[in-house]
Amino acid sequence: MSTTLLSISGLTKAYPGVKANDDVSFEVAAGEVHALLGENGAGKSTLVKMIYGLVKPDSGTMTLRGAPFAPSEPRAARAAGVAMVFQHFSLFDAMSVAENIALGMERPPRLRDLATRIRDVSEQYGLPLDPGRRVGDLSAGERQRVEIIRCLLQDPKLLIMDEPTSVLTPQEVEILFATLRKLTAEGVSILYISHKLEEIRALCDRATILRQGRKVASCAPATTTARVMAERMVGGAFQTPTRATRATGDIALDIRDLSLPPASAFGTALKNVSLAVRQGEILGIGGVAGNGQDELLAALSGERRSPDDALRLFGTPIGRLGPEARRKRGLLCAPEERLGHAASPDMSLTENAFLTAKDRERLTTRGFIGWRAARGFAEKIISSFDVRTPGPDTAARALSGGNLQKFVIGREMLQRPEVFVVNQPTWGVDAAAAAAIRQALLDLTAKGAAVICISQDLDELMEISDRFAALNEGRLSDIRPAQALSVEEIGLMMGGAQDMEVAHAPA
Amino acid sequence: MPRLERRPQPSARWTWLAPPLAVLVTMVAGGALFAALGENPFEAIRTIFWDPLFGEFAFYYRPQLLVKAAPLILIAIGLSLGFRAGIWNIGAEGQYIIGAITGAGAGLAFYPMEGWFIFPIMIVAGALGGFVWGMIPAILRARFGTNEILVSLMLVYVAEQLLAKMALGLLRNPEGRGFPGSRNLQHYPSAHNAELVANTGIHWGVVAALIAVIFAYVLLTRHLLGYQIKLAGQAPRAARFAGVNPARLVLICLGLSGALAGLAGMFEVAGPAGQITIDFNVGYGFTAIIVAFLGRLHPVGILLAGLLMALTYIGGEAASSTMQLPMAAIQIFQGMLLFFLLAVDVLTNYRVRARKTEVAP
Repeated sequence: MSTTLLSISGLTKAYPGVKANDDVSFEVAAGEVHALLGENGAGKSTLVKMIYGLVKPDSGTMTLRGAPFAPSEPRAARAAGVAMVFQHFSLFDAMSVAENIALGMERPPRLRDLATRIRDVSEQYGLPLDPGRRVGDLSAGERQRVEIIRCLLQDPKLLIMDEPTSVLTPQEVEILFATLRKLTAEGVSILYISHKLEEIRALCDRATILRQGRKVASCAPATTTARVMAERMVGGAFQTPTRATRATGDIALDIRDLSLPPASAFGTALKNVSLAVRQGEILGIGGVAGNGQDELLAALSGERRSPDDALRLFGTPIGRLGPEARRKRGLLCAPEERLGHAASPDMSLTENAFLTAKDRERLTTRGFIGWRAARGFAEKIISSFDVRTPGPDTAARALSGGNLQKFVIGREMLQRPEVFVVNQPTWGVDAAAAAAIRQALLDLTAKGAAVICISQDLDELMEISDRFAALNEGRLSDIRPAQALSVEEIGLMMGGAQDMEVAHAPA
Repeated sequence: MPRLERRPQPSARWTWLAPPLAVLVTMVAGGALFAALGENPFEAIRTIFWDPLFGEFAFYYRPQLLVKAAPLILIAIGLSLGFRAGIWNIGAEGQYIIGAITGAGAGLAFYPMEGWFIFPIMIVAGALGGFVWGMIPAILRARFGTNEILVSLMLVYVAEQLLAKMALGLLRNPEGRGFPGSRNLQHYPSAHNAELVANTGIHWGVVAALIAVIFAYVLLTRHLLGYQIKLAGQAPRAARFAGVNPARLVLICLGLSGALAGLAGMFEVAGPAGQITIDFNVGYGFTAIIVAFLGRLHPVGILLAGLLMALTYIGGEAASSTMQLPMAAIQIFQGMLLFFLLAVDVLTNYRVRARKTEVAP
């Protein structure tokens, strides 16, 4: 590579009890895509937050284009030519694309001029986007384009992207990569955070791998295997889930022609969803976030009621039953949102164990709670699912996302579900724990349970599913055997009947 | 500049330290207020907090303490259950009035008959009256999604009008020479909520308040319903996921707090107040809101907060009569208590840090 754009040497940042970054040094060359790899908690976020001026390093220095660089706030970083696309978008649903972009600017031009510029930039980089559309109506991929264009309007020299593909369909990923390649051709550098290794191999020129806050390796992804990179990330050999050959049994859960209106203005309606899962199989449901995943889970958990015949559990209609009655019959669910939905943040793990387990684990007698038994159950979850916490009296919100996820998944799995529905089982969980959760799902089916796994991680779905379907705008695609599917077919299933605006990406 | 940093979990120590600290800060700020009014602050604080308990006339004030604290505690216990579930009954004053009317009405219906069964019937009638008044906002919210804060509050004014109507009409003492107000229940032995032990202030309302404290404590710590109440308040979505029926909880909480407020009204009218009058209610239903929060919505905390609040009432009256402090100053003093409690409360969820350190992501 030619010249160095950003050089980082000896960056260290400690928080009470943990060194988030320990003496990290590396360089980003002009016009390269540089990957930052590592498990959750490896220190990637802290590192880019320091570059973007959100966090101040304890020691160490940075230089940008040869000049010392120590941004005190994001505004200073932006002025120096550093832009960042966050994993979670900060957009207002009720406002238009142009209004949203104007909100992030220090001196926004008139909306009409801004709209013209947005159109220009979006055409130049092959990111189709109508500035007048309301953000609430956009898909996740289109929302990300809003954030990218917001950055591009600042004419950045370095673009930081945090897990940009986690919400995209394979086709949208291709569009994004085309845009990024175009940017690097113009000399812009990209710092690319991800833990999707194949993606990094396809896109990135160099990779820096972090583990427990330290830089442990750097490599050229194109010539390094994904397995080697993964092992460097976790610092050891790596357990891939294994599936036992198993026979599928009777139909456990049968959904027939389920339609539900949206619960809120920005919710998704479920439209004529039909599916059947058998004992001993995993049905994977893919799709971009916001296409009815939450709604489907709510309809299955009983938070939203359906016509009685629309849902059948082992042949018995359950559509009108509430969550407790469904749990008693063996239908258990784990929603995506851990804090506030699957668990109550301020309650202890013992109280949270009681949340869904009171009937199946017999934790009450005549309405009185057996706290000792509940605590015992919480301890069982903690030990069987390797939840890292001081103990069952800890408040749920004190746990890291991954640990709480293990707790929530473990809580349902240890209740021996007949049918288990899970949304985003490994979201935010590190690679080793994710493998353990996937293995637990496979083990569950080996014991004869039926599993519906809703996820946005296609690799995960392909790894564990027997059959696959995708949700698009509340409609479920045809269900197909997972092993025979190609990435293109999956992408088309996720795109649904009416495809999103096709990009005219330059060759 | 020191800065606030969010604690990973609420501090157990500060949960219990905050109220006494708030009382202390209130004494300091209140003392400054009294000094600014030209009074000796130490004497004023002593008159409010010390004399009613240990002063020369404590024999008179101490029973008053229980008489004032009992309705506050009884009402606040009921309110706290709803508050914990995120159900805001602001209309306890109205439920208290209706309970008094139905309780007194039930008793007077038997006049002049004597019988052991009359008082129990009044208790049931009082609780039922408050319950029904609480169910109005409850059903409206559960059925039509109305805001229970507004509805319950507006029903206070309806109840006040009803009270006036009763004092002047249906319940007016036929032998009262046309004066507004009902017969005095203190002169009707079967309906009189008399002192159980002479000169202690202990009447059936005090007993009921203590039972309510124990009941609420057991409910909240051991019973499924208490768990659901807490869950619904802290994480409504998780509560629905767990299978809690929000509408059912609204009915239970508003019904229960209405019934307890009605009980308080009934014990008051049959005992210390004696009769239904136009100005029978003195704001216990509103003060109980402060008591509930001062007590951290915890039954034992409410017991202590009720006693403390009663003390500031009695001490305040003493200070206004012996030191000629204006009543408004006493009310400001009571307001400060809640104000400082909320301020000090920040320390339960946050800790004060010197500059520089950042919050771990």
